[in-house]
Amino acid sequence: MSTGTDTSTGSKPPYVRPLSPFMNYRWQYTNTLSILNRVTGLGLSVGLLLFVYWLVAAASGSDAYAHARNVFSHPVAIAAMVAFSFSFFYHLLNGVRHLVWDAGYGFEKSTARKSGWVAFLGSIVVTLFFWFLVFSSRGAA
Amino acid sequence: MSLRSPMGRVLGLGSAKEGSGHWWSQRVTSVALLFLTLWFVASLLRFPAFDYELVTGWIGKPVNAVLLTLLVATTVYHSQLGVQVVVEDYVTAKMPKLLLMMFINFIHAALAALGVFAVLRIAFGVAA
Repeated sequence: MSTGTDTSTGSKPPYVRPLSPFMNYRWQYTNTLSILNRVTGLGLSVGLLLFVYWLVAAASGSDAYAHARNVFSHPVAIAAMVAFSFSFFYHLLNGVRHLVWDAGYGFEKSTARKSGWVAFLGSIVVTLFFWFLVFSSRGAA
Repeated sequence: MSLRSPMGRVLGLGSAKEGSGHWWSQRVTSVALLFLTLWFVASLLRFPAFDYELVTGWIGKPVNAVLLTLLVATTVYHSQLGVQVVVEDYVTAKMPKLLLMMFINFIHAALAALGVFAVLRIAFGVAA
């Protein structure tokens, strides 16, 4: 690759752009949590398809709704809903964490560490509790 | 005094003046969703079953129908804002980015229309 400027055509020389700071930092669990926030957000955007499908099926009559219930009771669909529920609770808890930061609080290293663990472990606990309630109240959906 | 370089001005580079609005909308929708989604999850847990009559009866109640409409609209908006940021971060080629964003906006518009229409159809009793 030539780095010389080609003045005759005015084309820009290729040059090495500086790396973004996050490319230089060592891996920490705080950036894992940040990435997880984005991944769960994207996952929830996919889950939105299922939610709208459920509403449309209910609006389409009892036959369509019965078909949707079959779809939702498939093991793959149940596994997906468990993943969506974890994504939801994590995105919710970590989202609150981000809102608190936006308001200007919680930046102390120890506080940010603690809130990170609360968001991560809390979302696992809440997800398990949610599905415990679902299955204890009525058996399989 | 302008902080923009002459070259930047000629090339038309610089802020599109939409960034702060986008950022703020994402925060406002997230606060709204905090309430709307928790209401929805709590409601789901109170369902004795997911029978057709029970579910449509619940969706059709005025307060539930309005909250569900708000939930669909706010979720779709929040999702569109979020996915846009991801695309802008990782897709740099101009035409793929433009087409992908267009596709994502179409999907979100369709989801909002479908979701809101479904709730209203149940609420107004058109679905038999």
